Amino acid sequence: MRNITLSQAVNEALAEEMRRDERVFIIGEDVAEAGTPFKVLSGLVEEFGTSRVVDTPIAEPGFMGIAVGAAMTGSRPVVDLMFGDFIYLIMDQLCNQAAKTHYMSGGKLNVPLVLRTNLGATRRSAAQHSQSLHALVAHIPGLKVALPSSAYEAKGLMKTAIRDNNPVVIFEDKLMYNDKAPVPEEEYLIPFGKANVKRSGSDITLIGTSSMVQVCEKAAEILASEGIDAEVIDPRTIVPLDEEALLKSAKKTSRVIVVDEGHQSFGITGEIASRINEKAFYHLDAPVLRMGAMDVPVPFSPALEDITVPTPEGVAESARRLVAGEMIHAA
Amino acid sequence: MSAAKKKSNTEDYLRMYRQMVRIRTFEDNANQLYLSAKMPGLTHMYSGEEAVAVGICEALKVTDKITSTHRGHGHCVAKGAEFKEMFCELLGKEEGYCRGKGGSMHIADQSNGNLGANAIVGGSMGIATGAAFTAKLLGTGDVTVCFFGDGATAQGLMYEVMNMAALWKLPVIYACENNGYSEYTKTEEIAAGSITARAEAFGIEAHQVDGQDVLAVNTLAQKLVDRCRKGEGPFFVELMTYRYHGHHVGDINREYYRSKEEEQDWKQNRDPIVRFRSWLVSEGIANEEEIEAMNAAIKDDAAAAVEYALNAKYPDVSEVDMHVFTDVEHALA
Repeated sequence: MRNITLSQAVNEALAEEMRRDERVFIIGEDVAEAGTPFKVLSGLVEEFGTSRVVDTPIAEPGFMGIAVGAAMTGSRPVVDLMFGDFIYLIMDQLCNQAAKTHYMSGGKLNVPLVLRTNLGATRRSAAQHSQSLHALVAHIPGLKVALPSSAYEAKGLMKTAIRDNNPVVIFEDKLMYNDKAPVPEEEYLIPFGKANVKRSGSDITLIGTSSMVQVCEKAAEILASEGIDAEVIDPRTIVPLDEEALLKSAKKTSRVIVVDEGHQSFGITGEIASRINEKAFYHLDAPVLRMGAMDVPVPFSPALEDITVPTPEGVAESARRLVAGEMIHAA
Repeated sequence: MSAAKKKSNTEDYLRMYRQMVRIRTFEDNANQLYLSAKMPGLTHMYSGEEAVAVGICEALKVTDKITSTHRGHGHCVAKGAEFKEMFCELLGKEEGYCRGKGGSMHIADQSNGNLGANAIVGGSMGIATGAAFTAKLLGTGDVTVCFFGDGATAQGLMYEVMNMAALWKLPVIYACENNGYSEYTKTEEIAAGSITARAEAFGIEAHQVDGQDVLAVNTLAQKLVDRCRKGEGPFFVELMTYRYHGHHVGDINREYYRSKEEEQDWKQNRDPIVRFRSWLVSEGIANEEEIEAMNAAIKDDAAAAVEYALNAKYPDVSEVDMHVFTDVEHALA
């Protein structure tokens, strides 16, 4: 199987879906000739033209609102939000309008819209271009949230998102755009709500999202060299969440660490840990541990930024202590 | 009243009159439901502004789209909605347009192109512009009218979407219902400069029209809708009108922001229904008896719909987690 970058995978998914369905269009800042700052969309405007790869002014609430209305009337927009941090700008259109329209209309109106944006720190971009804000969106009923962990997931989840009749938010890790992974030539889709067991193990479960899946895999390798057998699970989508697969693994290994790049407090790690506590408590040998990003604005200095996010070494260390039966208290 | 084609359009005139009276009658009943504590929550009355919604919606086809506001019953009726489903929605009943999930501030009637009222002031401006984007992308030929109040001109979203609508020549008409008040505050205290000049700054052709004159509104709307269909949009219209009730039905004591004399002046001298009725009679399009019969029939319709809605059933509690997603029957199951 060929290896392609996450960027190329997203680009292929969009091109394939735009060829399949003429109602699909892309809208956002510098999506056409520029192909976005990350060059994810390069070449699409040449094939599909400026009527379907639509450059907008710098007006996030405006183009998000236009996408909601377009989706309600028969188009299938893919909104490009240049940085996940800008999600605060579009909150009314995303959370008050897109998320609630189907419900408030008693099921009569649909909003088949994809919002593609990104997350991830350590790019030396400081606090307004480095946040991982997927928990904000996952909190709102009516929105689906996908977190691809490699080029393979990025393509399969994007194609599923475009065909979904609900608003879907996809967060790509901006540090992974150039990471390659095996991606089939032939078409495939990845269903929402189905977790992927990346590595099978019996001593502890590491649940990771987005790039934290790689962090967990690396931690599992470190642990394996010490004789600790870790299972790694990628939920792929957090809304819907494959609770069944996570509980099954928790019951099997009896120890769980949840790793996610959003802020640790009130976030994804806490939500998943809580569900495991509620539904697998008597199978556990240790408290479910949360490992999120530090509860600080992302700092600029590399010396500070790098310590705010979970690392393979940090996850391995926590796993080691959990397996050894040490009680761990959050710092 | 403005010059019009008179008798050749008798049916159109009578329908416009009928629609205006239907809106006023609907609102009178809704107000009574609130005052008699039979309606959950609050609602915002459209009474006094009927010529705006009717004058514009009579220029639209069923497939044309509108977006509406928290003060949205008038738009909903004017775009073709039925009393029964509307009252059921106001009372949170299963047979309401939104199965009781939206209520007064979120009535949507997709079958008639009403994309819904919106409880965020200015919140539907993006949706309207997006509906026009679809019309252009897919070549449907539909026009979208975005209704909003003078208060919404203070929201930033309006300027973002007007900019894009003008850049992309979208078939959308921004219809600003200037009823003189932004909630409990005079418009002149919240809007600096000219309202139409806001649109003109984007190169959008803007008009101001007497919103109490249904023929003037309709004549202008027909021209602009036709031009939108030819790709000459977007357009902006400021319709000068008046809100008879308070900001909402509970806003009873309002002398601190406007006088009773002012309200009386608009009701007695500029009422859109009274004015149009006397024009219909003077032009010989209808006589007083015919008009009274029409009014009585509408009153009966409304009373029957209210009675039906009061006795209709609430949605089953199992519906609470339905319609969260299109493809999941019960989101919490």
